[in-house]
Amino acid sequence: MLHDRDRIFTNLYGERPWNLEAARRRGDWDGTKDIILKGRDWLVNEMKVSGLRGRGGAGFPTGLKWSFMPKQADGPVYLVVNADESEPGTCKDREIIRNEPHKLIEGCLLAGAAMGCTAGYIYIRGEFVQEAKILQAAIDEAYAAGLLGKNACGSGYDFELYLHRGAGAYICGEETGLLESLEGKKGQPRLKPPFPAAVGLYGRPTTVNNVETIAVAPTIFRRGAAWFAGLGRPNNTGTKIFCISGHVNRPCTVEEEMGIPLKTLLEKHAGGVRGGWDNLLAVIPGGSSVPLIPKEICDTVRMDFDSLREVQSGLGTAGVIVMDRSTDIVKAIARLSRFYMHESCGQCTPCREGTGWLWRMMERMAEGEAELAEIDQLLDVTKEIEGHTICALGDAAAWPVQGLIRHFRGELERRIRDRKLLARQAA
Amino acid sequence: MPKLTIDGQLVEVPPGSTVLQACEAAGREIPVFCFHPRLNIAGNCRMCLVEVEKMPKPQASCALPAADGMVVHTNSPTVHKARKGVLELLLINHPLDCPICDQGGECDLQDLTLFYGPDKSRFKENKRPVADKYLGPLISTHMTRCIHCTRCIRFLNEIAGVEELGAVHRGEHMEITTWVEAALSSELQGNIIDLCPVGALNSKPYEYRARTWELKKTESIDVLDAVGSSIRIDSRGNEVMRILPRLHEDVNEEWLADKSRFAYDGLKKRRLDVPMVRRDGKLEPVDWKTALAAVAERARGLAADRIAFLVGDQADCETMVLVKELAARLGTPHLDCRQDGAPLETTPRAQYLFNTTIAGIEQADLCLLVGTNPRWEAPLVNARIRKRWRRGGFVVARIGALFDLTYPVQDLGAGPATLEELANGRHSFAERLASVERPMLILGTGAIARPDGAAVLALAHRLAENARLVREGWNGFNLLHTAAARVGGLELGLVPGRGGRDLAGILDGIERGEIELVFAIGVDEIDPKRLEKAFVVYLGTHGDRTAPIASVILPGAAYTEKNATWVNLEGRPQRGRLAVFPPGEAKEDWRILRALSEAMGALVPLDTLARVRERMAELAPQLAEPDRIRRAEWGSFGRPGPVDPAPFVSPVRDYWRTCPISRASAVMAECSALAAARDRAATGTHG
Amino acid sequence: MSGPSLGPKQPYGAMAPDVATFAFTAENLEEAKRILARYPAGRQASAVLPLLHLAQAQHGGWLPKAALDYVADFLGMARIRVYEVATFYDMFNIEPVGRVQVRVCTTTPCWLCGSDAVLRAAREVLGCEPGQSSPDGRFFLREFECLGACANAPVLWIDDHFYEDLTYETARAVLEAVVRGERPKPGPQSGRKGSMPAGGKTTLFEVGE
Repeated sequence: MLHDRDRIFTNLYGERPWNLEAARRRGDWDGTKDIILKGRDWLVNEMKVSGLRGRGGAGFPTGLKWSFMPKQADGPVYLVVNADESEPGTCKDREIIRNEPHKLIEGCLLAGAAMGCTAGYIYIRGEFVQEAKILQAAIDEAYAAGLLGKNACGSGYDFELYLHRGAGAYICGEETGLLESLEGKKGQPRLKPPFPAAVGLYGRPTTVNNVETIAVAPTIFRRGAAWFAGLGRPNNTGTKIFCISGHVNRPCTVEEEMGIPLKTLLEKHAGGVRGGWDNLLAVIPGGSSVPLIPKEICDTVRMDFDSLREVQSGLGTAGVIVMDRSTDIVKAIARLSRFYMHESCGQCTPCREGTGWLWRMMERMAEGEAELAEIDQLLDVTKEIEGHTICALGDAAAWPVQGLIRHFRGELERRIRDRKLLARQAA
Repeated sequence: MPKLTIDGQLVEVPPGSTVLQACEAAGREIPVFCFHPRLNIAGNCRMCLVEVEKMPKPQASCALPAADGMVVHTNSPTVHKARKGVLELLLINHPLDCPICDQGGECDLQDLTLFYGPDKSRFKENKRPVADKYLGPLISTHMTRCIHCTRCIRFLNEIAGVEELGAVHRGEHMEITTWVEAALSSELQGNIIDLCPVGALNSKPYEYRARTWELKKTESIDVLDAVGSSIRIDSRGNEVMRILPRLHEDVNEEWLADKSRFAYDGLKKRRLDVPMVRRDGKLEPVDWKTALAAVAERARGLAADRIAFLVGDQADCETMVLVKELAARLGTPHLDCRQDGAPLETTPRAQYLFNTTIAGIEQADLCLLVGTNPRWEAPLVNARIRKRWRRGGFVVARIGALFDLTYPVQDLGAGPATLEELANGRHSFAERLASVERPMLILGTGAIARPDGAAVLALAHRLAENARLVREGWNGFNLLHTAAARVGGLELGLVPGRGGRDLAGILDGIERGEIELVFAIGVDEIDPKRLEKAFVVYLGTHGDRTAPIASVILPGAAYTEKNATWVNLEGRPQRGRLAVFPPGEAKEDWRILRALSEAMGALVPLDTLARVRERMAELAPQLAEPDRIRRAEWGSFGRPGPVDPAPFVSPVRDYWRTCPISRASAVMAECSALAAARDRAATGTHG
Repeated sequence: MSGPSLGPKQPYGAMAPDVATFAFTAENLEEAKRILARYPAGRQASAVLPLLHLAQAQHGGWLPKAALDYVADFLGMARIRVYEVATFYDMFNIEPVGRVQVRVCTTTPCWLCGSDAVLRAAREVLGCEPGQSSPDGRFFLREFECLGACANAPVLWIDDHFYEDLTYETARAVLEAVVRGERPKPGPQSGRKGSMPAGGKTTLFEVGE
């Protein structure tokens, strides 16, 4: 169990002000110059040693990602922070931005220094209007205090940081969709390769990192990679903000150690499942894009990348959506199908055409208005989408439905049979 | 050079190739919808997925760079499943209205479904209807059929350089449209019909007129500008149903300008289909014999010196051979093929050719436009310039009127004064010109078809010399013609003979009564008032400008109605082919002239097309071999003299209506009216 | 409120009319220039989202064609590209809608926690269906996808502010206040602090200060 002294986000609930003065009292911006002066190689290596994996959902090792950036570049190199938090079940970046903005800003500077970036853009989702105001004010504070801009923190390193507001498109959370959007286009993901580290924003080398990834960086550098790596489990190190929503007694966000058992997480911090643990039906453990896991898996599973992958789900963004036995599980997943249909950018065939088909079939399944053979057809359509699209939104649309069929096929069949029975009785 | 294994076969491909190209090199056919070799890669249809070992997911081969050691499978169960899945998803919202779809029979979706698609539909939901869009008079839309490949958007953005189409909304509501309900303005827009892999974008004039399999397809050459685009004339019975481009990498690639594609309805309107003779001031239909006799009667006893020949803009070389021979036999030196009055001479040939060649534009590093609007005068030459510009490291400068050419242009000045400064090295741009390896100059006929034209031509020559436009392996001097007949006419020497009158001389002669009999062969760009004092024998196709003042009308064949040779602006002889027969009693022009020569007692003994072509090769050996350009010798041309400061004016003011065919076309009239309205709106709000 | 005042006679939230021409106010023009300065030279298209936000706020919550054309010309972008952007992103309205934007999140986490009741409350109080403006034209009601406040579900987004931890009753209370022209206090309506567990935190006892 995580001790408070190992928690990074000490103002997660906004109990104290977000401003620079309060942030400094929390330890932010302490010795930033000295950290920068340790140099690129040290910073990247330290990040590698910490074992931090990206907190945006894919869990790619951050240090490795940083190391892909060219050592020498003539011209601008960019850090782009993905603050387009829109994954259903996920509300951690919002808390960081409105309560701990200086952790993010300092993280931008250090990440920028680690990769030789000339400027950073934070792309914040358009609906976070108040959050954007706070973040902009915090950036202004940092500039006024000489922490950003020319000779940031007196380190001799020049780094500009800008805030950019989105306008309502989940797909802009995909890193290349985000770059397109930042360039003033529709947020349609790019073909990869080339990857952003080679051709990113404005065609320049770019790294896109999640808010939480960047915001934990200063503490990692200050307390040392070994400290962070000592938390959690091998290959799943450190702390993580979990967002617990749905049928728990006390929904919340909370920073915990990676690898914490799901049951412990829910019972210790969220007041347990509504109606008791045995009233649990299923959990979506990592935001809407990962397959659900039924109670019997929830009993024992640990909350980290590898443990959840072993049970054919994923840690994703650690948005934990809890559903008790009162839940119409088919409708709950059908609503996610509608989400993906609505958020599909429309660019490539499988996602544009397939997400709508999935949703329409799921709506019928929720009512049992289908043939038994259509369950396999539904599964087949998810496979026609999965792995065939330009970006991961296709997979994200397919997986929740696959998870449902994997664990609740019986429920789907029951609804179809019941409806047929009802029809026969009526006839 | 990366080596890849494609389905067990080792192939080596040039660096920078894609896996799709590597698969094609290995003889594998990869199905595609969105991919097009001349457009940027979109990778959105997902039809070209292949399996690459060590990669977790199937890969879009169109977008994946070929890398050394890749092991690719194009025929595995995974690939087949992916293709079948993509096709099923493309078809779920496709209306499957193939029986009434114009694309039926030449539809990529139809063809690929046959090979890779599912054999039955599993889709029980309602199909998505999409409202059709108005794109103007040339393109009709059936947007429910659209598969969102975005080829049309990319073509207009990239090739045509007119950002007018976009994909609005998102997800399954994504739709291709203009902003908003506005007609497209591009002069290359028809190409998106060809690019559309389904029946979403159709030719509006052709819509629902024919099925592709009932059309006779004739490979021919376009004559509505001087580019000489390769075309295919699709006909049914004796009617031209549509005109499409044919691939010719060195000329039109696979594009066609809209006038060339859509003006064909003008072939069916205002046609001269019976010989006519003016009696008591009125033109009356007569038989051929009577018409020819009327001409012979007028010529009888007339001094040869009072007879003149003028040749228009679309005349074919065979006809011009007959003109030349007939004029010689009648003994008149008054002969001119330069309907616009441009002072071009027949030697050195370099003065009237596009010496760099169209494909050669891609080798240039600087282009100076003088008195030309290539976008209207030769849209595909302009597209080639744009293509070159997109690659970077290319400067375009202009002396002449401002006009949006779809790429940035540095404006140096408006008229001959600037040209003179530049030719004398006194203009700041001269330095730039001197600093590049392969400079080219494009001189428009608008710069020389004016009283001081010969002096302007001399200035251009001086510039070419001083800026070393002609150097080892490079000729950067280019004349941009607008008339398909002109280069052929010059090659065959249809200019005044010794003591002969040129166009201006002939027109003066008519006014003074010194020229009494004029043969006007497709001449329609001259003010008819200047001809009407003479006895005009009009040989042509349309009741356009000259026919109403003619004394005798001899109905000829349009370019779709004869086997004939045209020489494009590069000096490339090309053979057009007969697709349909001339209407009514109209005949191939050279045959009419041969018959006329007999009636006039000046028989030109060329009885067959083969004989005419033999004579053509004698007159101009460079025309003997089709599609082969004979490089022109360089030399001195133009006549130094004072120039008029008046700005240069392009000969084409209304792109859509430049010849008897396009002026007879209702489709072109609509385009012209739309363009005029757009111009008015633009000057209204911004002017 | 977003957008300029329409003067005392206009009721709060009245729908902005379609217009033939559009231009930024002097104040917004300055703001637009400040926004442009964030992006490198030649990359001014990057400012299209912020500028559309600005234009939409100025014009009372929706973007007439004239405003799209203005922003396109302002940034030197092809007009069709701006049209693409304006229709791609959910926050832009290209048809006249009520000035006060009311968005009910109904994605699964909010749905599990009772977003149906919130939507019902919104329908009743505003008197219109999702996707419509209220009969008086003041409010525009939309069902929205995940607003990113799931630990405080269900949530309602009214004119740039989140209202969280709603029930049917509290949603009604908030909306009724808004209809009266008041600005109720945003945030959790349950009284808890942010996304701290209700009834008290379980962590962060030992932090300094």
